[in-house]
Amino acid sequence: MPHALTVWLHEDDTLLSRVSRRLLGGIAVLLGVTVVVFILLHLTGNPALILLPDQATNAQIAQVRHNLGLDRPLWIQFAKYMWHALHGDFGTSIYYRQGAMSLVLSRLPNTAMLAGVAMGIAAVLAVPAAILAARFRGTIIDRVVMAASLVGYAVPTFWLAIMIILIFSVTLGWLPPSGFDSAKQLILPGLTLGLYETTLLSRLLRRGLVDAYGRDYIRTARAKGLSERRVLIPHAMKNALIPVITVFGLQLGSLLGGAVVTETIFAFPGVGYLLVEAIYQRDFAIVEAFVVVSAAIIVVINLLVDLLYGVLDPRVRYA
Amino acid sequence: MNVAEQTPKTVGIRMAGTRGAAVLRVLRSNPIVALCAAFLAAVVVCAIFPGLLAPHNPNTIEIYSRFVRPFHKRAGVSVLGSDALGRDILSRIIYGSRVSIGIAAAAVTLAGGIGVSLGFISGLGKGVLSAAIMRLADLQFSIPSLVLALAMVAVLGPGVRNVIVVLAIGGWVPYARVTRAQVLVVKEREFVGAARGIGASTAWLVRRHILPNAIGVVAIIAALEMGQMMITEASLSFLGLGVPAGTADWGAMISDGRDYLATAWWASAFPGLAIVLTVAALNVIGDWLSDRSNPVLRDW
Repeated sequence: MPHALTVWLHEDDTLLSRVSRRLLGGIAVLLGVTVVVFILLHLTGNPALILLPDQATNAQIAQVRHNLGLDRPLWIQFAKYMWHALHGDFGTSIYYRQGAMSLVLSRLPNTAMLAGVAMGIAAVLAVPAAILAARFRGTIIDRVVMAASLVGYAVPTFWLAIMIILIFSVTLGWLPPSGFDSAKQLILPGLTLGLYETTLLSRLLRRGLVDAYGRDYIRTARAKGLSERRVLIPHAMKNALIPVITVFGLQLGSLLGGAVVTETIFAFPGVGYLLVEAIYQRDFAIVEAFVVVSAAIIVVINLLVDLLYGVLDPRVRYA
Repeated sequence: MNVAEQTPKTVGIRMAGTRGAAVLRVLRSNPIVALCAAFLAAVVVCAIFPGLLAPHNPNTIEIYSRFVRPFHKRAGVSVLGSDALGRDILSRIIYGSRVSIGIAAAAVTLAGGIGVSLGFISGLGKGVLSAAIMRLADLQFSIPSLVLALAMVAVLGPGVRNVIVVLAIGGWVPYARVTRAQVLVVKEREFVGAARGIGASTAWLVRRHILPNAIGVVAIIAALEMGQMMITEASLSFLGLGVPAGTADWGAMISDGRDYLATAWWASAFPGLAIVLTVAALNVIGDWLSDRSNPVLRDW
């Protein structure tokens, strides 16, 4: 059997137009975000005052304003900013004295690794929990899973991180509380983010499975004499994943926010920690680059989610 | 009841009575929802009257009472122990409810106000403004709300007022989407055309037909958003970008206790528990409301 995605790519001639339309939309969003960042950081205050100590003289302020080009007309500043931004240049970090964009991108692999570990932990915990809850719907198992995910969803990431440090570093002494010198230091921040994702994933997947189990095709599959396993994986799971990936795409922003907080607490050298440090140091070039990069990640992943629909649900392909 | 049915004057009272009975019946059949509602009511009472309920002054520094363990009696320290400066943790949590709930409630109100207004403008209007509002909503979807809040606080500076503004700017979108959808649905209904035909103004239509339909959904979103606002506020304060240092705020307390994790776990653990319980209660009630009224909203 050929892979669903390849079938889709060959069968559906409107796919290309669909993808290109979504891509154009994504590019428009990124341009918009870039403009919003300019408005946010250039119009709301005097960056020269932020950079200088309180006792700076007016002449010094004027000098810095001139050096930064802040005495030019606004539209020239904006045009220059956009021109540079389109070339991926968001200025130089005042702290690191390096291009802000390259700094953000250089930290991205660490965050991706952390996200991968978190995702793995979430899958290992949430998938069996959701399957059990859906199979034994209404029983004590279901109630425990639902209650745990409901309470878990109310736990602030930063507090969870601290409690994890308290248990695994302070009390048990198993793992160091901060830094990233060895791969095992991915475990605690990964667990923090992973537990947050688990609460979301188990709840969504249970709902999707409960919904799928109530459908006629499941009854048909069982009537055909398929094993519970064959009923679950190709039939129920595939359909349950559709709402899961939709909401996952929608929740990506809050996951990124969670990563920022988690990295900061564990002093994990990813983009999130870079952002918070930059905010403390008033290093706005990094803030700008970070906002644009995180928007790009959200746009791209949601595009992929859109493509995944077609793989999971044939009806989307022909719509 | 019988007396009430006989005299038309007391019809209002009778209805209120049955409505009260209905609320009681619902709460009795959903003990968990009832428990959450009672807990939230208690938190709100704490937030309104912290002075009456807190056993001690939340800001009294008593260096000889540092790190008193929970459930150890010491003068000036109640059941939850004391922090690194000898301040009573239970009292700080009670006073902290005022800050946490107050900021979140103000932010939700402001976000709801902005969102509902923009939703109306976008739903009723046709032109560039209408489209621009919805494109702005799309844009905001691609910026994580905590990141937006961090970036804006970085520019505006920390402080209670700025935190409220930043949270509201980050939270208006769902209200605008829902209100706009409601306006678009109601706009096409026949009774609206009929009302327009006999000269009804837009303002009257909004007040009479659109707002009452939208208000239920807006309330559900507000309940669910309230919890998220509390978490975001706590996160900002935890990072030192929210309320001023030293304020009795749940997020700030967790941050204060973090440095003494090895000696005094309770200084961070209890304020966090306060957040978890409050947000969980809000989520239970929000979920319950949305399950009851509108199946479309269930995936929020």
